Order: sequence, then C-alpha cells, then structure tokens
Amino acid sequence: MTAADFSDEGGCVDAGRRATDEAHLGNHQTGAQLDPARSVELLRQMVLIRRFDELAMELRLADKIHGVVHPYVGQEAIAVGVCANLRVTDRIVSNHRGHGHCIAKGADVNRMMAELFGRRDGYCKGKGGSMHIADFDVGMLGANGIVGAGLPITAGAGLAAQMEGGDNVAVGFFGDGATGEGPFHESLNIASLWKLPVVWVCENNQYAVDTPVAGGLAARNVADLAAGYGMPGVIVDGNDVLAVYAAAREAVERARAGGGPTLLECKTWRRHQHALRDTIAPDRRPADQIAAWAARDPIDLFERHVTARGIMNADQIADLRASLEQDLADAVQFAEDSPFPAPEEALDDVFAR
Amino acid sequence: MPRLSFANALEAAMAEEMRRDERVYTMATAPSASLAQEFGEVRVRRMPISEATMTGIAVGSAGCGFRPVVNWRSVTFSFMAFDQVVNQACKIRYMFGGQRDFPIVFRTNYANGSRSAAQHSQTGYALYAHLVGLKVILPSGAADAKGLLKSAIRDNNPVVCFEPGRIDPFEEDVPDGDQLVPIGVATVKRAGTDVTIVALGYMVHLALAAAEALASEGVSVEVIDPRTLVPLDVDAIRASVRKTGRLIVVDESPPTCSMAAEIAAVAAEDWPTCRALKAPIQRICTAAVPIPYSPPLEDFVLPDQARIEAAIRAAVAS
Repeated sequence: MTAADFSDEGGCVDAGRRATDEAHLGNHQTGAQLDPARSVELLRQMVLIRRFDELAMELRLADKIHGVVHPYVGQEAIAVGVCANLRVTDRIVSNHRGHGHCIAKGADVNRMMAELFGRRDGYCKGKGGSMHIADFDVGMLGANGIVGAGLPITAGAGLAAQMEGGDNVAVGFFGDGATGEGPFHESLNIASLWKLPVVWVCENNQYAVDTPVAGGLAARNVADLAAGYGMPGVIVDGNDVLAVYAAAREAVERARAGGGPTLLECKTWRRHQHALRDTIAPDRRPADQIAAWAARDPIDLFERHVTARGIMNADQIADLRASLEQDLADAVQFAEDSPFPAPEEALDDVFAR
Repeated sequence: MPRLSFANALEAAMAEEMRRDERVYTMATAPSASLAQEFGEVRVRRMPISEATMTGIAVGSAGCGFRPVVNWRSVTFSFMAFDQVVNQACKIRYMFGGQRDFPIVFRTNYANGSRSAAQHSQTGYALYAHLVGLKVILPSGAADAKGLLKSAIRDNNPVVCFEPGRIDPFEEDVPDGDQLVPIGVATVKRAGTDVTIVALGYMVHLALAAAEALASEGVSVEVIDPRTLVPLDVDAIRASVRKTGRLIVVDESPPTCSMAAEIAAVAAEDWPTCRALKAPIQRICTAAVPIPYSPPLEDFVLPDQARIEAAIRAAVAS
C-alpha cells in the first residue's frame, strides 16, 4: 500500500496534487525556479530541523532536558517551504510543534538548545522551554501550547502588517486539530473580512493527538473550508518541499499584493508520537499507513531530487549532514556551558517596567 | 472643570489618548460613533462577535508595536475569550523571557442590579485579579475613570478596566486636560476615625451613603476606594485600619476567593494592622447564588446600604 492508496481510501491526500516520485518533484521545481544554491539551503534547513528534533528526543529520554517535546520530524518540508518565501520582517506564529518553524524563520539553534536546557542564554531565559520558544527579532512570534490559540494572534500580526502600510505578511502554522477550535472559524472569517495579509498553513498530519482527521472534521479536506470564508483553499503535498514552496509563494504574493488570506492545507505525517516525555509510546496508527508515509519521507524525496538534478552528489550531502551534526554538537555545548538562571530570576519579566 | 458622566469620561480618555499616540487603536462589537467619526474605521474597528479572536488580535498586534484597546462590552462576554487572556495575554511576556511588551487595555462593563438575571449579572474582576500578568483597575467615578483609563492606555502591560454599569450615568466634575490617575494608588473618599470601609466600584457610593447616615449617630467612617485591584494599594488599606481598628469590606461579588477575601487577608496577615483590630473583619458580599431576575430576589442577594449600616453598628459595638 502506498500513501496514495491510503489517501484514496482515507480521503486524506488529494490525488491530483500529490508528488510521489522524482519526476513529479521535477515538475514542481520547474514551477518554483529554484536555483541550486537555494535548493541546497532548503535541504540544509530540513536536515537541521530533523536532526535538531531527533537530538531533542534523545536529550529528553536521557533527562538532559525537561517537560515535553513535540517532534516535528516528518513535517520539515512545510516550515522550510513556506518560510523560504518570507523576509525577516514578515512574522510567523507557531504551535506546540514549533522547533521547525523557529529554525526555518532563522532562529539560532544555540539559543534554542539553551532554552530546552532551561539555561539563561535560552531564547526565553529558561522561562519557556520547548513549547514557548520565540524570537521576535526574526519575526518568530512564538510557539504556543494551546491548540488553535495561535490563529487569533496571527490575525493580530496580519492586522499590524496591514496597519503599518508596508507589504509584510503574517503566517500562522497550526495542525488539523486546530480546526476543531472556535477561534479557527473566527480568525479565518475576520482575516477574509478585512483582507488581512495572512497565510494560514494547516499542517494536516492526519491525527489530532490520536484522533484521525475523519473522526474530528466533517469536511473531507481542511482546505475545503476556505470557500466558506471566501478565500482560496489549496491542498499541497506537505512532504514535497518544492510543492509547498510554490504554493506558499503564490499565497504570500497574494497577501503582499493586498489580495487577502489563503488557506494552505499541507498533507503530511508526524513520524513520532504526538508528545514525548520520558518514554516512547507504542504507535497505534495503522501499520500500512505508517509504512506508506515512511516511503515518502520529505528529506529522502528532496535528497533524491537534488542528486537527480546534479545539484549535490552523495558525498556533498554527507558533508552537509556532517557539518550540521557539528553545529548541533556545538549547540549542545553552548547550552551546557550556559548557566542556569538564578532562582530569583523566576520573579522577573512578569510586567514591563 | 467640565461635568461628565462616567461613560463620557471614559470616552474622553479614549479620544485624548488616540490623539496623543497613533499606535492606539480600538476594537469593539459596538464601537463608539464619535470615536469612529474622529479617528476612522481603521483605528476604531467594528468587530464581528468574536471575543476570542478580538482578544488574540490585540495580543498579536501589541507584540508588533501597536497599543490596542479591546472593548469586550460586558465581562459576561469576556469569558468567550478566556484562553486568550489566561494563557496568552497574561503569560506571553513572561514565557518568552520579556522579549516584547504587550500594551493592551481590555475594557469591560459589568452590572448587578439591572434586572438582567444570572448570565448578565456578575462582577468577574476577582477572576481577572487572580490571574498573574494583568493589572486590574476599577474606577468608581468619572474623574478616576478618565485618569485611570489614560494611565492604562499608556501602561506597557495588559490592563483590564472594569466599568460598573450602575455608575455609567453618574456625573462628576472631571479635570480638564492631561490628568492621569496612577495605577496602584487608592484614594480616601471620606476621612474618618472609627471604622474603615473598603468598597469597590458602585459599592463606594453605598458606603458613602451609609457613612453619612452613621455620622448623625456620632460614628466616624473612613471610606477607601482602592481604584486599582492589581496592584492593590496594600499600604493605604493597612494604614487606615491601623488608625480605625475596624475593617468592613464591601464587594458585590460572592465571597469565596473574592477581592473582599484578599483585602481582609492583607489586613489580617500584617501584625501591626492585625494587632490594631478592635473588632472582627467583616465582608459584605453578594450571596453565593447566580443573580436572580425578580427584583425582590435580586435585591435580597446584593449588598445594600442597610447591610453596610448594620455592619458599621456591629463593628463599633464590639
């Protein structure tokens, strides 16, 4: 069984917009006009996100970091493909599964890692942890631990961009589960009513914790809901970074030009469990579904693409991976070298002075 | 000094602050026509009935440098937005390590005594005061309303402005021009020596009437209006109680975890204040029931002047 077969049975992937082989990826590339350097950068970011989160899982299981980690593994093409269209002055709002969005928007992995370690040099000085990393200086307005809560904040960033009068945009990342929350409706409605420069990016990873999409959403596709709000709804293969890039480019350009919001539904798959604390839980999702999506790993697909096009060879990819491993080892070192905050620093930052 | 109603004083504060700072904008489901006329529909935004998203838009745009004033209209409707308050506005500055300030004002009316029954009759301010990360103001007159709202709009933190509906038509002389009332400073509405009454919102007016009535019996009552619930002017309350030795708190909310409970605690837990007490602290609160509709039922459960007078007599008799 392939992902395509599953999608036809389960109604989860639009067969007309799927990319299942290199030829199809190549077609997207033609549309996207990505130069080789840009392709290398996309791959670099995807691998960095993948390895950052795999490392975060290891560190959590080893009790080096605390609380909960929501791994983004398997969904990297979405953050990277969308954010490749953004400027530093554009703003994004993330959800609980936010490490990938941070990295794709340009956050520093050293300070991210220090935050996971609860150290003073972390982005939030140890007050946020995995679920609350933000870097306002690069337009990353924060991860958010409440499903659906980021949508109103995204609308606020979109309104700010509109009132500022430039052509910046706001992007809200959320999962399929967020479509069950009331603010999803409110925010899409208001964004369309006011033609806010917003791109709504639904990362449909097929499960809201352990509820399949079809068990939580009456519509066949999240993107189908867009019509009711009078905005374009686009289904994208979320495991194909070039497809995501191309669809997001169109949506971002529309928003910059004053054409209002777009709802992008990126069909994808979360490789690991919803949330990791101290144990790996058994994966109760259907085995054939797991296997089908594993065969369509976004990084595997894109590595095949860049090698087929002669942009990189296997040695160059190995070198890239090795250099990212070093970056992450350095990030862990940076985090471990950073002091814990003094306990009384817990009392700072509640109020502005 | 112009004479303004409570509602018009708030409106004047809005207009002055919007003229002063173009980053100030407001969202409301029923926006003020005069503000809309002066400032246009971009800065005076008419909202669909979407309290959660209106509140979240305020958070997001504040993080981008704007200074939103959200009008929830009634505290009753604010609960539709509770996640955006509790988990977002209250915590966003702290959990991101103070990367940005979030200057937001949430304005909200509340009403008891309007024969509106349970869902439209409640104070709600103790719920907001309990949250960490908000300032909470509660003016009881037009002059304070204007000065406090102006301070709130200039504050770099989320501030909730509670506006007692029963005071809306009350008129008062309001200082002209840029007169701020500082957040966190109580005011003595009537000086006295025998009993301290700390009263909130509309209850200030009942307390003043009771104090006046008891003056003819030779009892000198001091009435304190905290004006701000967070941060509470603890020093002013304790200083008054140390002077009079008797404390009555009047709060038209049910007693459990109320502001009345908090005010009683800040007096009782301070040894010099506690030692000065000559009578037990009394709380005059609303009965712990949803507010009923029928006038005799509603009047029975709300604090009134007679209960305050009885409490004063009981205090001086101890």
